Amino acid sequence: MAGLPDRNIALDLLGRMCLIRRFEEEAGRQYQRAKAGGFLHLAIGEEATIVGTTSVMRSDDYLIGTYRTHGHALARGTPADEVMAELFGKETGTSGGRGGSMHIFDAERRFMGGYGIVGGNLPLAAGLGLASQYKGEDSVTVCMFGDGASNTGNFGETMNLAALWDLPVLFLVENNLYGMGTALERHSAVTDLSQKAAGYGIEGERIDGMDLLEVRERVGEHLESVRDSGKPSLVEAFTYRYRGHSAADPEVYRDKSEVEEWREKDPIESFIRRCLDGGVLDQDDVAAARREADETVEAAVEFADESPEPALESLYEELYVVSETMGWYSVDERSPEPHRGELGEDAPEVMKELAESGAAHASEERERQTREGVRE
Amino acid sequence: MREALRDAMAEEMRRDENVFVMGEDVGVFQGAFKVTEGLLDEFGDKRVRDTPISENTIVGTGVGAAMGGLRPVVELMTVNFSLLALDQIVNHAAAIPYMFNGHVRVPMVIRMPGGGGHQLGPTHSHSFEALYLQVPGLLVACPSTPGDAKALLKAAIRDENPVVFIEHESLYGIKGEVSDDEDEILRFGEAVVRREGTDVTIVGILKMAHVAEKAAAELEEKHGISAEVIDPRTLRPLDLDTILESVRKTNRAVIVEEGWPHGGVGANLSTLITEQAFDWLDAPVQRVTGADVPMPYSRRMEQAAMPHEENLIEAVLAATEGAIDG
Repeated sequence: MAGLPDRNIALDLLGRMCLIRRFEEEAGRQYQRAKAGGFLHLAIGEEATIVGTTSVMRSDDYLIGTYRTHGHALARGTPADEVMAELFGKETGTSGGRGGSMHIFDAERRFMGGYGIVGGNLPLAAGLGLASQYKGEDSVTVCMFGDGASNTGNFGETMNLAALWDLPVLFLVENNLYGMGTALERHSAVTDLSQKAAGYGIEGERIDGMDLLEVRERVGEHLESVRDSGKPSLVEAFTYRYRGHSAADPEVYRDKSEVEEWREKDPIESFIRRCLDGGVLDQDDVAAARREADETVEAAVEFADESPEPALESLYEELYVVSETMGWYSVDERSPEPHRGELGEDAPEVMKELAESGAAHASEERERQTREGVRE
Repeated sequence: MREALRDAMAEEMRRDENVFVMGEDVGVFQGAFKVTEGLLDEFGDKRVRDTPISENTIVGTGVGAAMGGLRPVVELMTVNFSLLALDQIVNHAAAIPYMFNGHVRVPMVIRMPGGGGHQLGPTHSHSFEALYLQVPGLLVACPSTPGDAKALLKAAIRDENPVVFIEHESLYGIKGEVSDDEDEILRFGEAVVRREGTDVTIVGILKMAHVAEKAAAELEEKHGISAEVIDPRTLRPLDLDTILESVRKTNRAVIVEEGWPHGGVGANLSTLITEQAFDWLDAPVQRVTGADVPMPYSRRMEQAAMPHEENLIEAVLAATEGAIDG
């Protein structure tokens, strides 16, 4: 069993896990209040896998994930304000309100995005690994994906390419036992997903994703092995999500007793118990960590609430880079106006006019409908 | 044409060490259509990378590499195979810059040859310009001459946006003027008037740009019809202004393409012309397209499924019926 870290590290780890837990609980609540829309996938229960992994990564390592990645961004250091604002679809969100819950992004912290297509991020990870290798940098790309993604064509294609080209990518399966509502044994012929590595001639290991210290130790070792050898590796972290696949999941596919059983292994509670037993932290530390998470999340909701909606005239911005090689683009081919700017500076004005005319059809004062079954 | 494309890649690779080429059989085999011939010898296997047959991952790896600061030129063996990579092209390459609010860009080129005429049958001969021109976030190039191909590919490689670069298999062998100037590029969104005329505007892309020119010559000679021929060269952005200007002069338009009729390049363009130059039109816009079937193998059937000069001439005559003093 992996040893306890020193006090400062333990505090940091606990703080990040508490923040994720609290953030996700609050995100769920805000979703029910219809402040956040679309799909909302919460990672409650998976905190140890997330924080254990990011805590052993270097700041120049890349991280790329799925549609369940609020926690990954938070663990990487993205301000909770910006993540919550993205859920609220606000201009101050990590993606300016264009991405939403499934598409959090923070280039500065090398969190290269959450992605809504299952398995879609795997080839991107290979590409990021290729960029590091090509430039002679020793950063590693950590690619996190679910058990369901291990059945996609991208998994096979990307594992093969990464192994073939010795790309520095650590593939990390967050195996939470369900691909949406389909249980592992009902969606994968081989249920020990770490064995899938063998088909590509690379290392594979299954670890306890509920045990923060084990995740740190094992992922840390794989990470450095990838860094040193330049060869990819596969880690399967056995974990569990206490909430449904998304906020719109009645959870008919699993027993309440199963959830309760996994609750016994709560990654945060078990880490706290060990830290208390080992004398690394005391009850005051734990209370302080929870209080701080509460405050951070409360402030994030306030920030997101008060942030402005994205400006409608920005609707067409960021779609293209206008430059010497592409001097203009048609905002809408149906526009009767000539819509070419000789250079980039001219283009936004046209976009603005078109977007404003579109905005005339949209009511600024949209009534926020409260969803059914709201619990305040 | 293939040399022009190769020179464009080689020049840009010499100019910028972050430019690299990858795809199925682009290296040792020298390219399925020999477009990448010689690149492996000059640049080595770090920059000319043979890949497994994994289209979606090849493109996705290019997207990730572009996000990581490189400038990949990905070759897909045919446009039909690009369908295996549609997820990465549409859901990722095209969407990423926008969905992450411009915090990251995807400067990459995805080259793909298509078109019929070589009896490659129902899975290797299609024309998917219309499919890609619909996607916001992509640029779409469809050059018809060696000179344009070189200058456009150089622009595509230098551009910050993801580019779908469609080539026509039947044009690889054609010859034409190509600039030696390494700095000469052709900006996206600039159509060219290949032949000036006054009676009808013909718009054609890729191989059909050549069919349009030949048909125009015959129309002049045999029917006394003066056709203006326009090659848009890029479909996204589309230089609609040049086309509309011509239609306002000739009052008639015929569009020729190899792709399918439903929702095709011509369908789109004819709507745009109708919407924006209706008052200038003296006749309905005509379309000449490939047949609405998967491409058949038999030589006779394949030829029957593709547009030819005589089909185009017929359409022009229908559009100009009774209007020309000839």
